Order: sequence, then structure tokens, then C-alpha cells
Amino acid sequence: MSYNPFTLEGKTILITGASSGIGRATAIECSKLGAHVVITGRNAERLQETYDQLEGDGHMQVIADLTDAESLEQLVAEMPQIDGLINNAGIGYTKPITFIKQSDLDAMFAANTYAPVLLTKLLTKKKKINKGGSIVFTSSIAALVENMGNSVYSMTKAAIMSFAKSCALEFSEKGIRVNSVHPGMVETKLIHDGAISEDDMQKDMLNYPLKRYGKPEEIAWSIIYLLSDASAWVTGTQSVIDGGMHLK
Amino acid sequence: MELNEFVAHFAEQFEETDASVFTPETVFHELDEYSSLLALSIIAMIDDEYDVAIKGNDMRAAVTIEDLYNIVKSKM
Repeated sequence: MSYNPFTLEGKTILITGASSGIGRATAIECSKLGAHVVITGRNAERLQETYDQLEGDGHMQVIADLTDAESLEQLVAEMPQIDGLINNAGIGYTKPITFIKQSDLDAMFAANTYAPVLLTKLLTKKKKINKGGSIVFTSSIAALVENMGNSVYSMTKAAIMSFAKSCALEFSEKGIRVNSVHPGMVETKLIHDGAISEDDMQKDMLNYPLKRYGKPEEIAWSIIYLLSDASAWVTGTQSVIDGGMHLK
Repeated sequence: MELNEFVAHFAEQFEETDASVFTPETVFHELDEYSSLLALSIIAMIDDEYDVAIKGNDMRAAVTIEDLYNIVKSKM
């Protein structure tokens, strides 16, 4: 039986931050559902590891630092026409408010907010996203729920959630849908950068109604729904995937 | 880096606990005011003052303030 409303067959999808975590899992899952994927990341070795796990053919990898204007322009110039864009690349930061520095704010907003905003702008301005296409932003549950030491990360992710809604409105005229996903804690390298001890993380997991952190694939599947034609009437939404943590 | 200065920086992160409580031998996990936010503040203070990045697991491993001082020293 081949009935599958969630198929990505025939779609070309760009995934940023594909060298690890949610980005890597999403790239692999997209390829399994028939998409041609273009993956980007900063680290050549880790990007290659993702590339080696892709199924099917017609995939591309581009090493790029999206916070660098030249690198960003280069990526856009190399891009084929695409049907899906996953703005996923991001960095973590855990510091109490009294320790925030201007340089930390600059680096966090550059990576988590400005880079995805500018990539989206360039791709749409150059009409690289096909009509009927879908854009997904990886925001975070942190955009909706506050946590100790998480103010800066939360701000960058709330900003991108807001931008996704603006895109949904403006790009509706182009027939392009835009949504954001909001993962709770997912078992990736980015988790708190080691600032939280393993013991404390074990305790933290028990705060989740489903009693565990997420797996990268569990976020990927939500993103895939938003890329597929199954969500053709869905735009401007925030998809929370957090084991029920927002209920607390 | 000097031990007494480290203890003083450590003590500065607390609001309620009297400064006289803090010595190299203080078992800081047992202080009433100690919390996850204070642990994050101490990690951030160590980054600011000593340019050393310690992890949550280092905070957990240290029993006394001097233990933490020694961890920081070993990473300088």
C-alpha cells in the first residue's frame, strides 16, 4: 500500500544546522520520506556524517556559517529551487540575567534570530521557494515557558516565533506556508551546554508529564507534517512538542 | 588565583546568607539558599572572573568551596 499523505516525494528541502541534533534527524527522516535534501552546517566532518546517513539520491551538502553575510549569500546563490526550508540552526546559552553581556546578546541573536531571518529574506526575494512551499522555524518551548538562566535563549526563540507569524501573513500571497515548532528538552548536544549536572537533568525529566526528554526524531516528524501536503491548510501556527511540559 | 578571594566571589552570589558563613571548608550544597539558579550564577561568576568554563557536574562533584576552587585551578 502506497497511500501516504505525509510523503515528501518530489520535494527539495533545505535544512540548516543539519550537522547534529534535530537538524540531522530531520534531514535523515526527510530523505526516508522521499525528499531531496540540501543540508548545511558549519562543521564539515559532522555534516558529512549526516550526509552519509541520507537515503536515496540527489542530495547536496553545503558548508556555511549563516552568521557570516558572505557565507549566507554564497549558500543562497548555490541553492536550487526548493519546496521546503527548515530554519533549524541555533546555539544554546544558560546564564542568569545578572551575568548577561552585550557580546553574548550579539552572538545569540546573530545565530538564533538574525541568521534565519536573513536566510528566509534572501531565499524569498530571489524566488527560490516554490509556490505551495513550506517554511518551518525551529523555535523552542522556551519561547512560551520561562526557565531559570534561560532569558537570552528564550528571547531569541520568541523573536523567531514572532517572525514566523509575520512570514505566514506576508508569504500567504506567494502560496508559501510558515509555521514554527517548539520542542521541549531534546537529547542533543545543545542541552544546556553542560551547565546543568546530569543529576539535575534526571530530576528535571521527571517534571515532564511524560517523564522523559524528547528524541530528535520526534521533533523531525512534526516538522515533516508541516512540510508535507497533509498540512496544506496550516499556516502561522506554533506546534508544541514537549512531553506535556507546558501544562506545568 | 587566591583562595580567600575565590571564597569572597563565591559569597557575593548569595543574598541572604551572611558573608561570615563562607570559608574554604563550607559545604555549600547544604546552605538553605543554595539553588539551581545559584549554581548557574557561580558557574557564570567563574567564567567572568577566572575565564574558566566549569560544568554542572563539577558543581555537583565539589563538596566544599575549596574543592570547587581546586577544580577551577586545575582548569586554568
